[in-house]
Amino acid sequence: MNTIEETYDAVVVGAGHAGCEAALALARMGQETIIFTVSMDSVAMMPCNPNIGGSSKGHLVREVDALGGEMGKNIDKTYIQSKMLNRSKGPAVHSLRAQADKAEYTRNMRMTMENTEHLTLRQAEVSELIIENISNADNEVVENNIVEENTDGLKKSGNNVKQKICGVRTKSGASYYAKTVILCTGVYLNARCIYGDVVNHTGPNGLSAATYLSDSMLNAGIPLRRFKTGTPARIDKRSIDFSKMEEQKGDETIVPFSFTNTEEGIKREQISCFLTYTNEKTHMIIRDNIDRSPLFSGAIEGTGPRYCPSIEDKVMKFADKDRHQVFVEPEGEFTNEMYIGGMSSSLPEDVQYAMYRSVPGLENARIVRNAYAIEYDCISALLLKPSLEFKEVEGLFSAGQMNGSSGYEEAAAQGLMAGINAARKLQGKEPVVLDRSEGYIGVLIDDLVTKETKEPYRMMTSRAEYRLLLRQDNADLRLTEIGYEIGLIEEERYQHFCKKRELIEKEVARLSETMVGANKGVQTFLEENGSTILKTAASLADLIKRPELSYELVAPLDAERETLMEMPLYRESFTKDVAEQINIELKYDGYIRRQRSQVEHFKKLEKKRIPLDIDYNNVHNLRKEARQKLNEIRPENIGQASRISGVSPADISVLMIYLNV
Amino acid sequence: MINISDTIAAVATGMNQGGIGIIRVSGKQAIEIADSIFIPNKKGKEIRNLSSYTAAYGNIIENTGLEKNNNIEKVIDEVIVLVMRAPSTYTKEDVVEINCHGGTQVMKQILHLLLRNGARLAEPGEFTKRAFLNGRIDLSQAESVMDLVSAKSDLAVKTALSQLKGSLKEKIENLRGKLIHNIAYIESALDDPEHYDLDGFSDTLDELLMEMEKEISHLIQTAEDGKIMKEGIHTVILGKPNAGKSSILNVMIGKERAIVTDIAGTTRDTLEEFISIHGIPLNIVDTAGIRNTDDVVEKIGVDKSIEAMEEADLILFIIDASVTLDENDFQIMDKIQDKQVIILRNKSDLDYVVKKEEILSRLDKPIIDISAKEQTGFEDFYKLLNDMFFHGSLSYNDEVYITNMRHKEALEESLRSIQLVRKSIADDMPEDFYSIDMMAAYERLGYIIGEAVEDDLVDTIFREFCMGK
Repeated sequence: MNTIEETYDAVVVGAGHAGCEAALALARMGQETIIFTVSMDSVAMMPCNPNIGGSSKGHLVREVDALGGEMGKNIDKTYIQSKMLNRSKGPAVHSLRAQADKAEYTRNMRMTMENTEHLTLRQAEVSELIIENISNADNEVVENNIVEENTDGLKKSGNNVKQKICGVRTKSGASYYAKTVILCTGVYLNARCIYGDVVNHTGPNGLSAATYLSDSMLNAGIPLRRFKTGTPARIDKRSIDFSKMEEQKGDETIVPFSFTNTEEGIKREQISCFLTYTNEKTHMIIRDNIDRSPLFSGAIEGTGPRYCPSIEDKVMKFADKDRHQVFVEPEGEFTNEMYIGGMSSSLPEDVQYAMYRSVPGLENARIVRNAYAIEYDCISALLLKPSLEFKEVEGLFSAGQMNGSSGYEEAAAQGLMAGINAARKLQGKEPVVLDRSEGYIGVLIDDLVTKETKEPYRMMTSRAEYRLLLRQDNADLRLTEIGYEIGLIEEERYQHFCKKRELIEKEVARLSETMVGANKGVQTFLEENGSTILKTAASLADLIKRPELSYELVAPLDAERETLMEMPLYRESFTKDVAEQINIELKYDGYIRRQRSQVEHFKKLEKKRIPLDIDYNNVHNLRKEARQKLNEIRPENIGQASRISGVSPADISVLMIYLNV
Repeated sequence: MINISDTIAAVATGMNQGGIGIIRVSGKQAIEIADSIFIPNKKGKEIRNLSSYTAAYGNIIENTGLEKNNNIEKVIDEVIVLVMRAPSTYTKEDVVEINCHGGTQVMKQILHLLLRNGARLAEPGEFTKRAFLNGRIDLSQAESVMDLVSAKSDLAVKTALSQLKGSLKEKIENLRGKLIHNIAYIESALDDPEHYDLDGFSDTLDELLMEMEKEISHLIQTAEDGKIMKEGIHTVILGKPNAGKSSILNVMIGKERAIVTDIAGTTRDTLEEFISIHGIPLNIVDTAGIRNTDDVVEKIGVDKSIEAMEEADLILFIIDASVTLDENDFQIMDKIQDKQVIILRNKSDLDYVVKKEEILSRLDKPIIDISAKEQTGFEDFYKLLNDMFFHGSLSYNDEVYITNMRHKEALEESLRSIQLVRKSIADDMPEDFYSIDMMAAYERLGYIIGEAVEDDLVDTIFREFCMGK
């Protein structure tokens, strides 16, 4: 029988938000890449909420952009409403969120992919991983490490790589050989969509599930687990009475996600969202029918996320709340479907009708698509290295919901890093691993590969210990350099960035040195601006630190500024982003310095590497629990080891002495 | 977090009362920090001017603040400081050793000054660990270093938990509970700003923090009085009923006019007294049940005594000289063979029924004749106690005192964090700045009760606040 056989550098399985970033990164880094999707119409599909960004997720998108990823650019092209959340709070928690036109988002991402060199899109279901065992004969590394059985009964070879990936096979039997494969299967593995007693063995939106790949992974010794998530109903716009709801408009000032865009360049007319509330009647309907929920009856086994509870969960767990918010959001410009945020559910169809119709404005609601819960197979990311490569299967990477995360942005961030690291592997280079002080991406991946997550993992600003440094406004300053070195940031963008960075440094230094005296002109200016007068001379930087003043406001006291602005560097590159950075750096100087010194401290432990072939059974004095955890997770450095739950500071001391680091 | 490059300090000699005590400082800033509390007798003999392996004589001073632009300096002790410069030292770092006149109180004060000036209290086995990591000790010794570190940590953890009083644990848990709830509230609002509102929150928070500040300050005060944990020589009075244990205890307390603290707030079935005999701190446990006349309870009392005895540093075994030795005495004598014991032959005002030889044949320990009634023999007893202590045959567990110090350090740090939050509130900073310092306070308080932070915050957010769309 004749079958298709093709060879690529890299195979990406799944074309969701993780897969798209992974494939684009690989192709842009010069690797011949093929990406598989169960349907060409579902490339970068948004099967749940119609927005990109939000608290901490917005940070991820900006970081993806600074590294040369696509998500930020794509949402800038296709947004229909934009908001900067938490504007009244500190700059660390300002978060950008945009409503997307779902169809446009998909179409634009697909177009970008189709027109990227070295990238092939293919509609097919991948059913098998082609994996080869690494025998002692052709691999010295394994030879040198004897497998020992210890008192804990744990079997561990010094080096964990036992297998390597060679490619994938599709359902039709076609083989696609490649040295690297990235799994971005999202919620499609053995997916089941459930509401009431209806169970569909499909992925979201009725797309076919991937039913063979799970078995292939289990055969390769990769354990799987089952997670669950859900989505609310979509309702026909014409059946909604918006006069009973609060209109929610977008911001007047638009901040683009991508550092390559300007407000003027992407400004457009925005479309509103609406806010309404559940009430006692809604809650009663839910309580009366709770026994018909597959979640409560036990029909759903997967672990769901606590941060994205279904409405029945909210009502049962927070019984004291007399109402919950309901956000009614457009799915796009050219559709009547409205997303009913806050009311995801897996209750039976008739209960769904009753509960939605009890909400003001939705009395006559016509459902277009039912709400449902979805269950799927995924892995524990403890199986992965921080590069997102499997510890035990060389060349196999994994990203997105497959790794136990949730959210488009979390997926895109992992997809990008997996794509970058697969390409680096093919190039024979060291992987790029961002640490917790470099970005939310670093926090996300470190959490996933170090801590056992028992539910789908969502990014939150509170997870980032250095969040004052990891702001969405300075993602470019933090990461463009890395993106450039990797080869995903083009020269022109990089040069532009360098000028911005230079300007900020120059201005901050100049403002700190420029003194103003306590003379009459200055005092009058301060009084006029509601600021206390000076007792002695002060620097302009000191004045900018005052809450009521800013870089822009002190212009009249800044004699040099006008002349400077005539200079080519200033004239070409001084934007309001530069002024924003100057303001933030000066105003929050004390806090920022404190966090920087914490980071310095943190970095020391991160630099202490643990050799791959360490055998923890030889490290006496480790407590048993610590030894088990270390054997399982095999951290790459002392810092990562110290974050494993169950590993105490004394264990870390013992480890450092053993390693003599 | 584990810091591997800061400057550490600890008492290098045991925490006993007599002789010379040595406090060791090691790290990049060792010289600078030591200099900040040391005034040499001769100008120019500041530690920074000394060459390696030389010493200087002078005073440790405490700067107690400014008054009329004059520094008020209080002399803590006359000392000799020895400086050893990197890399030819035990740790291969700069090391300063302060030789002081000893005495627990003085050593504590000096150590405290060092900590206040930037040093950190060394972790168990940390000097040795540094010596190893800096290449001072060769690899063959690594194993023993690890033994030391893990054993000392175990001991420290055990001590910390066993010595922590129930009421303190409760207070700290309460403080932490309030902190994490409020952090979670702020974080929920940041995460879901369309859902949770922070309007007016900072005023409520400030009030709460003010309360917490008071409470923590009070706890620090308690720590200073040594009440957090039971410091001193852990002493147990044993003897059969009516041997005169309580009367002897009363004499010891009354005569010395010692600090007597019936440690409040805990339910115990033993009575504890903290007494200082000629400056030797004794933490005396008398079993409460033993004074009960009911036979069954008395039996339980004896069992309790035996239990307490196993953990004791010193046992005062009271023998009633007016009645013959019986099973009760023999039972006790059998169990305390390996302990530091002083036998007090009480009721020496009456006729001796029990002969010294009879006792010694069963239990070979020093015997003092004493009468609680006539208050005689106590000076001999105290002299013996003193000799044992200064000869080092009697000492007490340093870890208790060290743990106390750590607790105090942690309390002070959490107090500072709370004050920083209040400053942020006063400065009108946005709410997200509060949670950073509140989290720091939460962590430090957790350190005292031995709880790691892990995923407390995320868990609290999800448990207490209804999140997500």
